[in-house]
Amino acid sequence: MARTTTKQAAEPVLELRGVSKRYGRALVLDKIDLTLAEHEVVCLIGASGSGKSTLLRCADLLEPIDAGSITLEGRAVSADDRDADATRRQLGIVFQGFSLFPHLTALENVALAPRVALGLTAAAAEKRARALLKQLGLAAKANAYPDSLSGGQQQRVAIARALATEPKVLLLDEITSALDPVLVAEVLEALRALAKGGATMLIATHEMAFAADVADRICYLEGGRIIEHGTPGQIFGAPRDARTRAFLKRVRSVGASALR
Amino acid sequence: MTAARSARKGTLVAVISTLVVATLLAIAIGSSPSWPVVQKAFFDGTYFSTSLPDVIDAFFINIQLFVLAEMLILPIGLLIALARSVTSPALAPLRIFATIYTDFFRGVPSILLIYVLGFGVPALRLPGVPSEPFFWALVTLVLIYSAYVSEVYRAGIESIHPSQERAARALGLSRLQALRYVVLPQALRRVVPPLLNDFIGLQKDTALVSILGVVEAFKQAQILKSANFNFTPLMTTALIFLVITIPMTRLVDRLAAKDRAAQQGGAR
Ligand SMILES: Nc1ncnc2c1ncn2[C@@H]1O[C@H](COP(=O)(O)OP(=O)(O)OP(=O)(O)O)[C@@H](O)[C@H]1O
Ligand SMILES: [Mg+2]
Repeated sequence: MARTTTKQAAEPVLELRGVSKRYGRALVLDKIDLTLAEHEVVCLIGASGSGKSTLLRCADLLEPIDAGSITLEGRAVSADDRDADATRRQLGIVFQGFSLFPHLTALENVALAPRVALGLTAAAAEKRARALLKQLGLAAKANAYPDSLSGGQQQRVAIARALATEPKVLLLDEITSALDPVLVAEVLEALRALAKGGATMLIATHEMAFAADVADRICYLEGGRIIEHGTPGQIFGAPRDARTRAFLKRVRSVGASALR
Repeated sequence: MTAARSARKGTLVAVISTLVVATLLAIAIGSSPSWPVVQKAFFDGTYFSTSLPDVIDAFFINIQLFVLAEMLILPIGLLIALARSVTSPALAPLRIFATIYTDFFRGVPSILLIYVLGFGVPALRLPGVPSEPFFWALVTLVLIYSAYVSEVYRAGIESIHPSQERAARALGLSRLQALRYVVLPQALRRVVPPLLNDFIGLQKDTALVSILGVVEAFKQAQILKSANFNFTPLMTTALIFLVITIPMTRLVDRLAAKDRAAQQGGAR
């Protein structure tokens, strides 16, 4: 992790302080503190139901939070803000179930938000979309409709679409869990390239090997709390908390897929 | 090869069995002792050919009526559907109004509304309010069918998976932009067959406005019927309606089948 030294000095891009979230009576997020520095890649790991998706949805202002604060580049933001739409443009999110728009081509999928939400001209939006598709290895598929793309290609289009508004942070929620292993590799490779290019990312994943490889920091979640966080070397090599150790032991014995 | 041959064989069997049934039916009806009288009253060749030009002439009123009505119903129905799907509490009155509107106009028999609006409102003699029967016939049909069509639109909008809107919102599109660029384009494609279905109903219902004295095809046929004491002009009118509605029905079937095929193939 050669880049880590430069990162520590970087200012926080996204900051969650004491964020709590309830669904009915269930406390799903319990006083989450999380800071994401510029160019930093943080992976969220934890068992099913530990709150990873909820954390990402709250960070993207798709869900209101019940307590705490979220700051984006020093500015307090909230799902209830009048300009929450504008804030959301600065945050890119990709979900496993976040389907592409089936009535639009790959290019139109990517160009839609720049044109409509950012107000770029059609030509400028298209140019940006083409560049992104190329970056994700999809230049040849620009005019294909989603249903004629493989799962891995669709997921890469979704990543390109999320990047199209030039977000400060990219939030990714288990975007490989519905893919077969070959396609997983292809999508993870695309993410690695983005990380190398300096993207700031918060990634929920069950792919431990990928997390160990790409992350600057790993957060282990359980019961809506961040139990432990540290470098991949520390978390996977010498986990301090007994709960982290138990989780990793289970992952290693049953294999990551059984956790879903 | 074999598939084509078995398809041809299937068609042949279908044609033969249809002919057999039709012949048996014709013999059964023709053998009825009162058939000659009925034939003379309803299916008289001379009355058919003399009534045809008059009925066709009057049918242009029906065409005017349903073309104008359809052009108005398409946007109005959409606006009502959108009003019904607003979620913001501030716009609740709009939603309530739209709900009452559709409940009311779908629930009251068309013929009753045509009576009330066509005779009642002009009788009020409000200044500036037209009293021509054609105008009120048009208004009534638009009011009724906008209610039906808004439900078709609404079903179409609701058939689009919520993840589509969520994806658009996550990209920073406003709710209105998500509707305009993501939800509606997909929904509109799906509602074409049921929309055409409603329009077939509308085309038939243009005959109802005859009660206001608009001389459209059905009214014209009634006039001819009374003048000649023969029902054949009514059959002429039925035939003209069928000439318009049957091709449309076939088109609806074909579009619906295509939609089903596309959905099964996971296509757009
Ligand atoms: N919309 C909702 N309404 C009620 N409860 C919810 C809702 N969304 C999530 N939950 C609950 O919140 C908890 C955390 O869910 P979340 O989806 O964040 O977990 P996760 O860590 O992403 O799990 P997975 O690894 O299975 O994706 C779960 O107990 C879940 O049942
Ligand atoms: Mg999840």
